[in-house]
Amino acid sequence: MLSGYGVYQEEHQAFRRMVREVIAKELRPFAREWEAAGEFPRSLFTRFGELGFFGLKYPEAYGGTNAGELYEAVLLEELGRCGSGGVAAGLGAQFTIATGPIHLYGTDEQKRRFLAPAIRGQKIGALGITEPDAGSDVAGIQTTARRDGTHYVVNGAKTYITNGVRADFVVLAVKTDPSAGQRGLSLLIVEKGTPGFTVAKKLDKLGWRASDTAELLFEDCRVPAENLLGEPGQGFAQILGNFQWERLSLALGALGAAEEVLETTIEYVKQRRAFGQTVSAFQVVRHRLAEMATDLEAARQLTYHALRLHVGGQYAIAQTSMAKKVATEMCCRITDQALQLHGGAGYMKEFDIERHWRDARLGPIGGGTSEIMNEIIAKQLGL
Amino acid sequence: MKILVTAKRVEDPESKIKVKPDGTGIVQEGLKYKINPFDEIAVEEGLRLVAKHGGEVVVVSIGGKEVHEQLRHALAMGAHKAVWVNHTGPLDQMGVAGLLQKVVEKEKPDLVILGKQSIDDDQNQVGQYLAEWLGWGQATFASKAESFDSENEKNKVPALVVGADNKTVRVVREVDGGLATVECQLPAVVTTDLRLNQPRYASLPGIMKAKSKPIEELIPAGLGVDVTPKLTVTKMSAPPARKAGIKVPDVATLVEKLKTEAKVI
Ligand SMILES: Cc1cc2nc3c(=O)[nH]c(=O)nc-3n(C[C@H](O)[C@H](O)[C@H](O)COP(=O)(O)OP(=O)(O)OC[C@H]3O[C@@H](n4cnc5c(N)ncnc54)[C@H](O)[C@@H]3O)c2cc1C
Repeated sequence: MLSGYGVYQEEHQAFRRMVREVIAKELRPFAREWEAAGEFPRSLFTRFGELGFFGLKYPEAYGGTNAGELYEAVLLEELGRCGSGGVAAGLGAQFTIATGPIHLYGTDEQKRRFLAPAIRGQKIGALGITEPDAGSDVAGIQTTARRDGTHYVVNGAKTYITNGVRADFVVLAVKTDPSAGQRGLSLLIVEKGTPGFTVAKKLDKLGWRASDTAELLFEDCRVPAENLLGEPGQGFAQILGNFQWERLSLALGALGAAEEVLETTIEYVKQRRAFGQTVSAFQVVRHRLAEMATDLEAARQLTYHALRLHVGGQYAIAQTSMAKKVATEMCCRITDQALQLHGGAGYMKEFDIERHWRDARLGPIGGGTSEIMNEIIAKQLGL
Repeated sequence: MKILVTAKRVEDPESKIKVKPDGTGIVQEGLKYKINPFDEIAVEEGLRLVAKHGGEVVVVSIGGKEVHEQLRHALAMGAHKAVWVNHTGPLDQMGVAGLLQKVVEKEKPDLVILGKQSIDDDQNQVGQYLAEWLGWGQATFASKAESFDSENEKNKVPALVVGADNKTVRVVREVDGGLATVECQLPAVVTTDLRLNQPRYASLPGIMKAKSKPIEELIPAGLGVDVTPKLTVTKMSAPPARKAGIKVPDVATLVEKLKTEAKVI
């Protein structure tokens, strides 16, 4: 039986088996094709909607199952081993970052208009915070939303936005009061097709190849004021609140990916031969793998610790930041060492290792860099 | 109607199976397990029949506590209740059929659907023993009646049709070189072939509901069945490793080798 590590119950593991089956049949066989094409079919969103995967932590009133975040954690781990970091990122962005703020801070009306169709997979969502001139420094964003009667007039640019090209709506971080620093930030939902909102370009990138990453432009874009989440000025706190799950989700995905890489590498060294023996017969190789497994296990325990605190209702900001940093960096180390253990094969596209190696590199950058995680942890230490 | 289906726990076909050096069995460490794929097809067929005719699907598995995983899987697919025959230790086909016979006598289903075989030791005997000992009709290898080309075609003629009076079942069977259609009186025993249907995924609400569905525990002694095996496995061995192929310089050599060495032409 799959071990639940004291986090997952039997029903979560049953869900894991189902997710594995779905991935084996519907994602894995096509992942390479999508990675090469730099996109995956839009129909995957509706398929995930049908399977209930976008509504695991959302209320039944909006089409969710209210099953809970642990089910979503299982899904995130398994998506980490679906054969494409980009597919995991695109589908993951829908339920981890794009719909999260609407669920947490939206009105019933906003939830019916955006959350419900996103849960069904009929609308694709994106979260737009990062800008050409502000990433880590969230409070330093420059996109403005000036109130004009019943509307906000948005001006500015966003970049590196996952699902940005195809998004039907973007939860956009804007300055409703440019003079007020953090307190001037707000989240505003902007729909595709709103005049003044254009996709400037689709960006090319090292990994996550199948996901769409966009630069977005807003020029005198008039957005109805009823699309604002909560009250003006609450944006910074809302973003921080949403970051908790985003960071855990990146840690969980890293666990899944590292686990797969470790398994494939163990298989590989057991059959690859050199100097008249299998590569696994070299003690240095066995010890390397033992260390990789230990590295993974340590990151897993810290991530599950943060996950337990989070689902228990705690705002575990330090533990979440630690887990995000430790798990994503662990995944980089493991994919790098696994590539080495594969020799030349590790560098070849025929194997999955080079793809994992490229995909893993995003972990310590996206959702707040490792340096920013350290900043947060230091602050929690009273420094 | 009431349908009894089976859910044997077998090694996942994706796992790498290794025979123990002493030939007494296979190495269990690191193996993954799942429901026998033929049984999963049986569960699916049972659920489809019940959706059409009403009634319930009861799923049974024999084994240690770990078979709860397979029972819960069938419950999550939609089966209504589960029977767990708690038995660890060796068991041959007759032992399995004997235990199932007692479960059938207890549950009194109108129809029993089993996989035609389990993918671990591929015996293909339990359904036949069971029907014989119950004195029921049997239709083995239930399969598809029509072409498998389009989704539409596939759904046209179900291979397992229960008569309107719930007294008969018509089964399309896969036989050498074609299909045979048989009709049995109910109650009857049917075994499934691979092409009968595409089992559904367990759904999320199904998984959550499965948690509270009952699993009844029975033990062989309580059922009055002596499960001492009449058949023992004396030795297991892995198939010989495949030899590396050879490259031939031209077609003429290939033809020559096919004639003289492979002796296929
Ligand atoms: C593939 C991909 C997908 C993304 N998807 C999204 C998305 O969907 N939505 C979205 O809003 N954003 C998204 N991002 C953006 C991502 O969140 C940012 O790239 C990240 O937060 C870092 O910001 P930056 O790129 O501006 O780096 P910068 O802030 O310019 O950082 C540059 C370097 O300076 C370091 N640094 C910055 N501040 C400090 C400090 N105080 N102390 C020490 N070091 C510091 C950083 O750690 C980094 O090493 C995505 C990025 C990528 C690559």
